[in-house]
Amino acid sequence: MSGEARDKRAPEPMARIERTFSGNAGLQIEEPLLFEVGRTEISGVDLPEPSNDKPRFGGLERQGEIGLPGLTEPEAMRHYVRLSQKNYAIDMGTYPLGSCTMKHNPRLNEKMARLPGFADIHPLQPQSSVQGALELMAMLADWLCEMTGMASVALSPKAGAHGELCGMTAIRAAHEAKGVKRSVVLVPESAHGTNPATAALLGYDVKAFPAREDGTVSVDAVREAMSDDVAGIMLTNPNTCGLFERDIVEIAEAVHEKGAYFYCDGANFNAIVGKVRPGDLGIDCMHINLHKTFSTPHGGGGPGSGPVVFSKALAPFAPVPFVERQGDACRLVETGEAAGDATPFGRLTAFHGQMGMFVRALAYMLSHGADGMRQASEDAVLNANYLRAGLSDLMSQPFGDQPCMHEVLFDDSFLKDTDITTHDLAKALIDEGYHPMTVYFPLVAHGAMLIEPTESESRAALDGFIAVMRDLAQSAQGGDVARFRDAPRYAPRRRLDETRAAREPVLRWRDGNVRQDDAAE
Amino acid sequence: MRYLPLTPGDREAMLARIGVPDIDALFDSVPAAVRLQGDLDLPGHKSELEVERELGALAAKNTSAGQVPFFVGAGAYKHHVPASVDHLIQRSEFLTSYTPYQPEIAQGTLQYLFEFQTQVALLTGMEVANASMYDGSTACAEAVLMAHRLTRRKRAVLSGSLHPHYRAVVETLSHYSDADVVAMPAGPEDADLAAAIDEETSCVVVQLPDVFGGVRDLSALAEAAHAKGALLIVAVTEIVSLGAIRPPGDMGADIVVAEGQSLGNGLNFGGPYVGLFATRQAFVRQMPGRICGETVDVEGRRGFVLTLSTREQHIRRERATSNICTNSGLCALAFTIHLSLLGEVGLRRLASLNHAAACALADDLTELDGVELVTPAFFNEFTIRVPGSGAEIIDQLAKKGVLGGVPMSRLMPDEGGAGDLIIVAATEVTSDTDRAAYRACLQEVLGA
Amino acid sequence: MSDMKFSKDHEYVRMEGDVAVVGITNFAQKQLGDIVFVELPETGRTLAKGDEAAVVDSVKAAAEVYAPIGGEVVEVNGELNKNPALVNEDAEGGAWFFKLKVANMDELAELMDAGAYTAFAEGTA
Repeated sequence: MSGEARDKRAPEPMARIERTFSGNAGLQIEEPLLFEVGRTEISGVDLPEPSNDKPRFGGLERQGEIGLPGLTEPEAMRHYVRLSQKNYAIDMGTYPLGSCTMKHNPRLNEKMARLPGFADIHPLQPQSSVQGALELMAMLADWLCEMTGMASVALSPKAGAHGELCGMTAIRAAHEAKGVKRSVVLVPESAHGTNPATAALLGYDVKAFPAREDGTVSVDAVREAMSDDVAGIMLTNPNTCGLFERDIVEIAEAVHEKGAYFYCDGANFNAIVGKVRPGDLGIDCMHINLHKTFSTPHGGGGPGSGPVVFSKALAPFAPVPFVERQGDACRLVETGEAAGDATPFGRLTAFHGQMGMFVRALAYMLSHGADGMRQASEDAVLNANYLRAGLSDLMSQPFGDQPCMHEVLFDDSFLKDTDITTHDLAKALIDEGYHPMTVYFPLVAHGAMLIEPTESESRAALDGFIAVMRDLAQSAQGGDVARFRDAPRYAPRRRLDETRAAREPVLRWRDGNVRQDDAAE
Repeated sequence: MRYLPLTPGDREAMLARIGVPDIDALFDSVPAAVRLQGDLDLPGHKSELEVERELGALAAKNTSAGQVPFFVGAGAYKHHVPASVDHLIQRSEFLTSYTPYQPEIAQGTLQYLFEFQTQVALLTGMEVANASMYDGSTACAEAVLMAHRLTRRKRAVLSGSLHPHYRAVVETLSHYSDADVVAMPAGPEDADLAAAIDEETSCVVVQLPDVFGGVRDLSALAEAAHAKGALLIVAVTEIVSLGAIRPPGDMGADIVVAEGQSLGNGLNFGGPYVGLFATRQAFVRQMPGRICGETVDVEGRRGFVLTLSTREQHIRRERATSNICTNSGLCALAFTIHLSLLGEVGLRRLASLNHAAACALADDLTELDGVELVTPAFFNEFTIRVPGSGAEIIDQLAKKGVLGGVPMSRLMPDEGGAGDLIIVAATEVTSDTDRAAYRACLQEVLGA
Repeated sequence: MSDMKFSKDHEYVRMEGDVAVVGITNFAQKQLGDIVFVELPETGRTLAKGDEAAVVDSVKAAAEVYAPIGGEVVEVNGELNKNPALVNEDAEGGAWFFKLKVANMDELAELMDAGAYTAFAEGTA
């Protein structure tokens, strides 16, 4: 393509698009990029002609075309509906991603979050005009404190990893307040990658330590790793292998004995709500992924929400802003000066957190109540163990066949000598109509497959999944390599060339960017 | 319980299949001493109707932007979002899918992220963009960290007209990651900004339009930064402004971060929003967050994948560019759909309408005795000086049913000079009646 | 290849006069898979033995390359920026990473010879 201006309806570039898009199949309709179907002179929004005889841009008016294509409403509907049809979703089928907790997203939550009294209020309105919103935040905080047995909660973190940053910053601030500088954070090898990344961001040296043979952390290993230079430990509980850390109370004591703090990664809190409270285990702070435990939608990768609960020891360091009850009213504390006796460590985000997610999570909590949330945890654990019982004779478990919590971990030793990898097995599941489980995480299991069914799956759905997994495992052991190597065959795309994507990154559409191989035709 | 498919009979049969007597046997690894006896001290489950009543009552206690003449901005803006946007983002396949780690069955998400990245790059005038961040303020803090990595320096200089909350986020993260921050005194003028850049400075952070609403050419500042080997980071809190004013990329910005809430996303009392992050191609491997890239599948068909992931925490762990794991997927989708509907002509017209509304409002308000315009050049937001306490005036206006803006003292409680300043925003939703109501109520308040 | 020395981190050193040519071993590139990116040190930088000198990325893994021996970086292989796949094709030849002006020749003796490295690598595989 030359750089000259061209009419985007002209046949020449469309011919190129047709070459790129090889055709439709059944209801699977190919869809070009917005930039190939839209036109800069078209708009799907009717706006009045502006009248302004005295613009005041101070000479900063934008010159030239931006290059943004537009679509009319019917075109936009087709474009994005067709794109949506290339995605797998919880609403379509079992989505057993371990540690991600793909549970049902109730639509009542969506309806509540869209009430204008929540969706159409500004974070900087006078507080007198948003008392209902502040009350909702206070109520959510109360529920989270009761469920976790902790003293206070910071609602502002925007996602789980942001919550980790919040909790670990509070730990650093608490040491600083004592005039102590400590430089090490202990993180087990099975931890989620955000744990070491967060500790490193705060200038800590990360000291990794292994789990014992049963997949849990032993109090002896912690005692050995502890020193006066350790600021804290970051432990996920239930851990990333789907196991409850049975030494946790002793671990907390060992950590506290040395003047350090216990950060718990609450990614797997959904397994234990109503069964045991982190506060009763000696934990100092823990983030809670509202999008996991409390069913706010994952939305293709966000937005999340990661409130952090604190013990009494860390509560004074929680960041601004936070909500305080004052009699019947609620007050938003936005600065350290206004925080009274507390000594907030600072601010993590411009405003008050993910209000839209708070509403959804609270709608979930109110719907379930104390009894429903306990039942949900029990069903999640029951479902995972049911899968384990249905698969453990054919698939291998790195830490032996023992009861798991809400997710069950397998490794790839049952695929030994089959020439089929965990990756291949995952892709073959796609052809069977399932989203694959989490693969290659945690790193402590070779070729890990982490399966989390959640409480949203019916027994019939679990039986269906077990049948397919058994068939695949037998097929792999029987040497049907092609079924795995060529998979997926029936997805909107087959295996994609990730090496090419990383070697020659094409990260945006450019007018006339024709792929090398197209140009060669 | 309407969300739980297992029946008591199912549970019994499943426990038998597992080979345990009861559910508590599966919780054996939880130390008995700490197991919760009985239920949490919380109410029991509720029907949809009951939940709707309870939450509806809380929602009804708030004054929503659509109910009253509304002029609040300072980092979040009331715009009209087309109905189709909310319909599309609620499609199951978008709403209830996970991060696109299995690209063969996530092309929908990946393709819109690629479209999003392209739109962000075009709007900001930069070469590349990532697949979104939590919000504008966290994107800003990440940009500072990225500048530190690129320059191997650890000192950031912040403009005095950077949103104080953005500044606080940068200061917090910097303090606890042992980096230096030099924040200029709060104020609409930052002539000394260039002078504060030295050989140890990794970046200078400036907002456009700034927190007072003012717009100005940043080219000279970019040159001053580059002369010292520092980077220019530009934060945009009102993305619609880039439909009317020169993009930061044109003025020499090295990293542009923005709050994308204005397109496709509601006010939501502060979140969820969508952070935009754009930079130069050469810096892409130091960019935080997820990135979507184009490739082909085994049959040669174009497709998209998450790429350059060796920067990220799940691979690099403590050596990652950032601890960020999520983006703001669904909000990014709303942004992309809204901007697709607007297109070039729609965005430009929308921006013009915003500017026209703000110009008209500025004229209306400055007709009143003692009300002065502090920002001569602006987009859809400006600052006025009022005779009296800005905070009190805003409260009195609220009592009269007008949400008249943000008193600067709320954002800058430590600044003595901020007491009589109010930041006022107008957008395409501001009607002539709204403007008249503001003027009339402000006159009453000032006259009283 | 008998003139080459090897580190436990899978770097090799090939001496050209008093200049050491450093790269990653063929064994290492095979372990990493398709190499997609190489980040090289700046020329002029002085590295101590064991310092992090370069980074090599495959699609799903990233590995640090350490200086197997101390010295000043006198040249880097810019070809790797353009064509990282060269590491897969010719790791121990054309895909060298950087050249060091060696500070202390004694450090060379601390490295393994080809036979010892082969045995070491087989042990790690």
